[in-house]
Amino acid sequence: MIRFVDVHKSYTVNGKVIPALEIFSLDIADGDVFGIIGHSGAGKSTLIRLINLLERPSGGRIMIGDTDMTQLSDAELRAARQRIGMIFQHFNLLSSQTVAENVALPLRIAGEKDQAAIRARVDELLHRVGLSDHADKYPSQLSGGQKQRVGIARALANRPSILLCDEATSALDPQTTASVLDLLAQINRELKLTIVLITHEMDVVRRVCDRVAVLDAGRIVERGAVADVFLHPTHATTSRFVNEALPEEEAGEHVPYQNVPGRIMRLSFRGEATWSPTLGRVMRETGVDFNILAGRIDRIKDMPYGQLTLAMQGTGVDAAMNALREAGIDVEVLIR
Amino acid sequence: MIAAPLLQTLFPNIDDWAELGRACIDTLLMLGGSLLLTVLLGLPLGIVLFLTGRGQLHAMPALYGALSLVVNVLRSIPFIILMIVLMPLTYVLVGTRLGIRGAIPPLVIGAAPFFARLVETALREVERGVIEASQAMGATTWQIVRHVLLPEARGSLWAGVTVTAIALVGYTAMGGAIGAGGLGDLAYRYGYLSYKSDYMVVTVLLLIVLVQLLQMLGDRIVAHYSRR
Repeated sequence: MIRFVDVHKSYTVNGKVIPALEIFSLDIADGDVFGIIGHSGAGKSTLIRLINLLERPSGGRIMIGDTDMTQLSDAELRAARQRIGMIFQHFNLLSSQTVAENVALPLRIAGEKDQAAIRARVDELLHRVGLSDHADKYPSQLSGGQKQRVGIARALANRPSILLCDEATSALDPQTTASVLDLLAQINRELKLTIVLITHEMDVVRRVCDRVAVLDAGRIVERGAVADVFLHPTHATTSRFVNEALPEEEAGEHVPYQNVPGRIMRLSFRGEATWSPTLGRVMRETGVDFNILAGRIDRIKDMPYGQLTLAMQGTGVDAAMNALREAGIDVEVLIR
Repeated sequence: MIAAPLLQTLFPNIDDWAELGRACIDTLLMLGGSLLLTVLLGLPLGIVLFLTGRGQLHAMPALYGALSLVVNVLRSIPFIILMIVLMPLTYVLVGTRLGIRGAIPPLVIGAAPFFARLVETALREVERGVIEASQAMGATTWQIVRHVLLPEARGSLWAGVTVTAIALVGYTAMGGAIGAGGLGDLAYRYGYLSYKSDYMVVTVLLLIVLVQLLQMLGDRIVAHYSRR
């Protein structure tokens, strides 16, 4: 468990105090993939760096397990950091060293002297990230996705219990992003480590995260299970992030449904409900006419979900809405 | 020797080629010795300058300011004056003010601050992200210097060694004028004071060749280490 207890952070620049993160508390459960989403400048890079104390909090405690990170001596902190892997937007690999030497670096820093042991561990790590054939190449000879895989192998070298991902896919194209996220999800499953990632893309959160916190101007404005936050955002910033992840016609608000006859509503369903023919049954039973204006069926991590924007007409619309809600579908009226 | 008569015709005033050869060796010895000591002294000084600089791993404004001042003062004194000013110290350090031994302390004290600045600049070019990554791994400052800063900067560091070596060639020639020996001494005594311009020409040619060789060697080493 990673716990932030009454943590806040501000910087002093030329004698002026500039707040970066307002006081907050946050729990991240072991084994979770926890996303922190926010625009640039929202404070997310500061927040993730508080975990391994690359940034020191101005107040509050940062607990990893039973250890208060802020109370550690320099040597203890270095030892604790060896158990926390970190990957970066720009990979931050040593350009002067081969892939294998880059992956070996954390082992050497941790004091491993046995060359054979280092080589064996490096081989194992490169195999895990699918780069066994690239051990003797230099980072400049690799693609962005491959560089991030080296970064991941390096971060896993000392068998950490936590992996911090600092905008790890922001410099990658969509396809490469997907494969790197798949690798992170696989690592989370197989190694049971906790992943904390920061991003400005809701799609990254939707694909791999279990839980999410939304950061806006130094404040956590919303937090919860990804499905809840994604399907029912309550804060304006969250809504904007969710809408960015959707095609334009589904994003709602600015699409003119005013001229569409009938009551406009958005249905959200998740899990097994996605696959059952509830909508058809309810419409048949209540005799309501409906028209689909927009919709999608997709996945949030491993859970299927669907969201449909409908125009309903007829006397049974209220009854239909009740029946849908009883079947566990969330109904939100957009225009009456 | 086919070359000997030719040289004799070209440079009729040079009567002791062996002396010229010894001067060459003296220059190379002064250069090698002072370069080695300059790097040994300037590299740690440059690393300390980098680490204590603003916003760096061990930012210490007072120490940085003091070191920076010393470096600037030593760099602003023309070498020929530095050499004279340092004569008492030179005598204490090596027991003579003359010859190769007498030349080395002022050469090192003149060149080490210069090289230290080059080291500082080279280290500043190392990506911050890479340093941050090694901090995140739990590296000590020494481990960061050894495993990250020096390997990542080695191309620029070798370029700095090359520039420093060439500056030292100039300094050794200047030192010749006040008793250090070597090619500068020959050029000054025979070429200038005795109007034997042949000596001047040959010395200058030899110095050009030396600088060219140093630059070529340096470029090769830099190219070898620049894999980006």
